[in-house]
Amino acid sequence: MFSNKVYGRFAIAIALLSVLLIVAACATPTAAPTQAPPTAAAQATAVEATVAPAQTAASNAGSAVKELKIIWAQWEPADYLQQMGNLYEQETGTKVTIVQEPWGTFGNRFFAAMAAKSAEWDGVVGDSQWLGQGATSGYYVDMTDFMNSTGIAQSVTPATLTYYGEYPSGSKTYWAYPTEGDADGWAYRKDLFENEDNKKAFKEKYGYDLAVPTSQEQLMDIAKFFTDKEKGIGGVAIYTQKDYDAITMGVENAMFPFGGEWQDANNNVMGVVNSPENIAAVQFYKDLYDCCQAPGLSNAFFQETNDAFTSGKAAMAMNYFAFFPALTNPQTNQFASTTGFFSNPPGPKGDKGAALGGQGLSIINFVSDERKQAMKDFITWFAKEENQSKWAGYGGYTCNSKVLQSDTFLKAQPFNPAFAETMTFVKDFWNIPIYADLLQVTQSNFSKFIIEGQGTAKETMDTIAAEQEKILKENGYIKAQ
Amino acid sequence: MATVTAESSTSKPFVRVPTRRNQLSDRAVMNLFIWPTLILLIIFNFFPLFYSLYLSFTSYRATSPTAPVWVGIQNYTNILTDPDLWQAFTTSGRYVLFSVALQTVVGFGLALLVRGKFRGSGVVTTLILIPMMLSPVVVGLFWKLIYNPSFGFFNYAIPFINPAALDMIGSRFADIPVQYLALASVILVDVWMWSPFVMLLVLSGLNAIPDYLYEAAAIDRASSWFQFWRITVPQVMPLLLIAVLFRTIEALKSFDLVMGMTGGGPGNQTELIAVYLFRVAFQGQFRSGYASALAYIILIIVIAISNLYIRYLNQAKGEA
Repeated sequence: MFSNKVYGRFAIAIALLSVLLIVAACATPTAAPTQAPPTAAAQATAVEATVAPAQTAASNAGSAVKELKIIWAQWEPADYLQQMGNLYEQETGTKVTIVQEPWGTFGNRFFAAMAAKSAEWDGVVGDSQWLGQGATSGYYVDMTDFMNSTGIAQSVTPATLTYYGEYPSGSKTYWAYPTEGDADGWAYRKDLFENEDNKKAFKEKYGYDLAVPTSQEQLMDIAKFFTDKEKGIGGVAIYTQKDYDAITMGVENAMFPFGGEWQDANNNVMGVVNSPENIAAVQFYKDLYDCCQAPGLSNAFFQETNDAFTSGKAAMAMNYFAFFPALTNPQTNQFASTTGFFSNPPGPKGDKGAALGGQGLSIINFVSDERKQAMKDFITWFAKEENQSKWAGYGGYTCNSKVLQSDTFLKAQPFNPAFAETMTFVKDFWNIPIYADLLQVTQSNFSKFIIEGQGTAKETMDTIAAEQEKILKENGYIKAQ
Repeated sequence: MATVTAESSTSKPFVRVPTRRNQLSDRAVMNLFIWPTLILLIIFNFFPLFYSLYLSFTSYRATSPTAPVWVGIQNYTNILTDPDLWQAFTTSGRYVLFSVALQTVVGFGLALLVRGKFRGSGVVTTLILIPMMLSPVVVGLFWKLIYNPSFGFFNYAIPFINPAALDMIGSRFADIPVQYLALASVILVDVWMWSPFVMLLVLSGLNAIPDYLYEAAAIDRASSWFQFWRITVPQVMPLLLIAVLFRTIEALKSFDLVMGMTGGGPGNQTELIAVYLFRVAFQGQFRSGYASALAYIILIIVIAISNLYIRYLNQAKGEA
């Protein structure tokens, strides 16, 4: 039907098109447009920059590095960091682009890049649990000398340095600059708590005043009091999602206040994970879920608990502080003007604890030495107290100890006092390279017991202890007997 | 036409003689098409296939700096003795069985329904096809909302129950755990989404049945039931089996719908084999060797089931 000539031209066209597509696919994507220079910068400068870290940011005038790329999850703090990057560009001429990846794929993209030893980015604001893998795989730069010599290590709170920067625990070896401190806290409906009828009814039923809970037992009482399943209202909205780490983080908010731990100093889990404290805590969390969870939240994480709260389906909501700005915004929360916040209450013996969130900024080891130095320059600049104040002013959760204690910070957002308090008693899950294997065990077993109702709390914790011990032994973290 | 001169009418039409430069031989054209395809296949199919086969006999994590270590059939042994994995296989089996069976029945029913031409039948057929055109993740997220006990309308459509008491995805009724409720909720959505696909194939089979078969049966006073079982079903069977084959393979690999709706929970209730594989292969674990072995086991199962179907399909074709 067609001549050879037509076939030939068609084939050439197809070949050219293929080449074009391949070139287009391989081409470096255009950098995301930077945001407009910050207009809110002025509000952040109120905190006086008294003592800056020992070393000021090096001048980049002679540096050949014109742009730094840092990957982080797609959320508001990443926007704030971009604003800080814009300030840095104004001061030094080096552009900073924050590559934002949705939370659902952030981990997979990061680990895929790590596997490929990719130098796609110069830095990553990575999860605290990734420290072990990043350090042992050689993907992260050892920042110990840099952070000690510049005084950066001394400028942040000890807990944040330990959990966001140090690996192995207690080694004083640092792989990340604590950037976004975060932990779980609670939001509550002040209008419900301060309602006179509610206060009277609560006092009659429980014998004490309705107020922000000061213990886990009170949290349970208040949750039960506000639960009305006929009306589709739950006393609480707590984490239940099996995917990744949600339900484990939720349980930790009961575990740590109850005095529980994940391991002892020698990484032993048997007798620690299935301790009476942990068993009681897991039973408590299941009871809280059974009695008082907002309807339909059997597969819930930060988005779902915020949604339940803003739609009036929950009187109290557990969430990371980083997601609380949405609750103070009248455009996203109809109860914004009457939303209050409190830190995770203590357990039966007065122990305090809350699940750690947040991330540290690490430098990728596979970029050139020049780019590593440019990243160190940026971190040095970013860690300066005056810039941490700006960071906090934008809405970032600073880990700088002086800024955290400043009145300006504490008054900047209604949840900041609770955040500052929580950051003194946060605890984290494992951060060794096989943390995900250990996490899979807890996720599966917690979901089975708490959501599906299989077995008992003791059976659940015994199973977790046995399975985690097996994994730790297989990988040499516990010496086999 | 009268103005056409004798010279012009008799002259040879202009034919541009192809030169060697702008003409490609058949072999060159063939090569232009075949080699890029072959190269892409080798890079993206054959290499990963054989490399993952090698990895399945090693202890290796993609995120680990250490090279793969040969462990023989250890991964396969571990997989086949892992109770969680057998549960995932069992869950997948239940999911495939109920999902495909219901899709076959519903799809066949819908095809019979829209087979007859009626006013607006084209629009109705198109509307029925919409679910299968949607992204499974989007469908999963939407149905998660639809199943919500407080504002989802699914519970309100069920008579004689308190809508707030039924939590399909949480697998609970009146705060009491009900086994398989979450799995049933996912199956229901899969049936809603993919029955139109079965309908489409069955419909093409129905339209291909010659009318004279029914006319002959009517002359012989065969009942409608008899006509259905002896004419309609055997004639449609080859296409129906193809639909069932496709759906079985797809259901065995089902991932995005479940992840969007339940994330494999509650517990392990909806943890299908593909979801389990995803967790092991990615989500921080990156147990590449173990995951490769599991992927090969799944591949063998899919091939075995497909062969069974194809054998039956050939038999059905012969009978038809």
